[in-house]
Amino acid sequence: MKNPNTFLWKEAIPGGSHWSGVIRRGTTLRLTDMAGGANAAVLFYNLEEKLERYNMADTLKCQHTFRLTKGHACHSDMGRIFCCITEDTTDWNDTVCGLSDAELIRQKYGVGRYQELRNEMFRSGLDGMLVELGKWGLGMRDVVSNINFFSKVTANSSGELEFHPDSSKAGDYVDLSFEMDTLVVLSAAPHPLDPSRTYHPGAVKLATFVTSPEVAAACTKIAENARGLQNTERFYAYGGEA
Amino acid sequence: MSAQNLVESKLEPRLAAVDEVCAAGDPWVKVVKKGQVFRIVDLEGNQAVDTLFYNAHDAEERYSATDTVRRQNMLYLTTGSRLYSNFGNVMLTIIADTCGRHDTVGGACSAESNTTRYALEKYPMHSCRDSFLHALAHDPVCKHLNMSKRDIPSNINFFMNVPVSEEGGLDFADGVSAPGKYVEMQAEMDVVVLISNCPQLNNPCNAYNPTPIRLLVWD
Repeated sequence: MKNPNTFLWKEAIPGGSHWSGVIRRGTTLRLTDMAGGANAAVLFYNLEEKLERYNMADTLKCQHTFRLTKGHACHSDMGRIFCCITEDTTDWNDTVCGLSDAELIRQKYGVGRYQELRNEMFRSGLDGMLVELGKWGLGMRDVVSNINFFSKVTANSSGELEFHPDSSKAGDYVDLSFEMDTLVVLSAAPHPLDPSRTYHPGAVKLATFVTSPEVAAACTKIAENARGLQNTERFYAYGGEA
Repeated sequence: MSAQNLVESKLEPRLAAVDEVCAAGDPWVKVVKKGQVFRIVDLEGNQAVDTLFYNAHDAEERYSATDTVRRQNMLYLTTGSRLYSNFGNVMLTIIADTCGRHDTVGGACSAESNTTRYALEKYPMHSCRDSFLHALAHDPVCKHLNMSKRDIPSNINFFMNVPVSEEGGLDFADGVSAPGKYVEMQAEMDVVVLISNCPQLNNPCNAYNPTPIRLLVWD
């Protein structure tokens, strides 16, 4: 699905800023890197039971992968699937490096307060997440290993990590087709390993549209994902009127 | 810090303040004070030891796999690795390691992930998260800190081998551990150690035969 006919809504998140909201099952969220070099740090929670949350380890080991891209699914810690990645114009999204925090931002970029910079202030990934989580009664205990969409980090055979700054270009996008009613929490602050010396994180555009039936099964080529979707269907199973 | 930094310890087990055995499939909880040294021994080899650490005074501060990985630019743990909390503090430092490589991205098995990874019918099999939840429900230290499922983040798998390729592949390989191999760490703050001695029978992380571990603490 390259160009859906109708978007339900669109919103631009300036670099460094943060957002949270609910994406319903059957809806696709498209994240677009507007200027290149953006990082979209994202966590997922089951809207009905927010103790159920994105699980990095289950996502990686169910799919025998270290990177996330088209055809992969984002697994919860309860054996279900929040969403399938149904399109990805990059080839790699990181999920092991976590979030930048206030100390890291200060060390790398110096002090950037609201007093001087207004909304260009230097925000961190962790602080953005905590603000958004607080709106839903969640907090530090609910911060787990997140996904960093648009960021590519490889590991060599000794385990040394390498951040690839040019992985995502202007206009690159990722489609997340949701299978659960999901609380999405997002920060567009810099990736913690981004070597840039100046604070200018890229903006991220959000757009949603109805998932088309032909992409719905895109991640089921992996048997683990097919079973995860079975578990997800059980969660929403409803007998209807007798 | 390089991979496989093999360093032996000079500490003598007969002088340890704590010397216990944790059976396969059991949880284990202990407070380790700042300055104490904590050792896990893989008694029979190829045993995955799923481990979490918490600030003993406030469980909101806990081991963070992502902080540990990104602050040291290193995916695997061995001698010299610092184990960071979600507040950016060093909780423990690995000071001896005769195994050479430990995992922190593979997570803990659960009844639910066993259904997706293997078959829906695997749900009743014992799992690490069941052991964690059992400990949280019964152990006085965990109860005192009001710990719950909310407090279970990504863990360390001591002795487990999860090689990642440059192309982005990830495997659960046969263990690099062997009988008697150990890993030893010094506590940099008062920590609660929460262990599940992994009962997984569906993959080679325990060589299909979960076995006991020995746990020692020196003052």
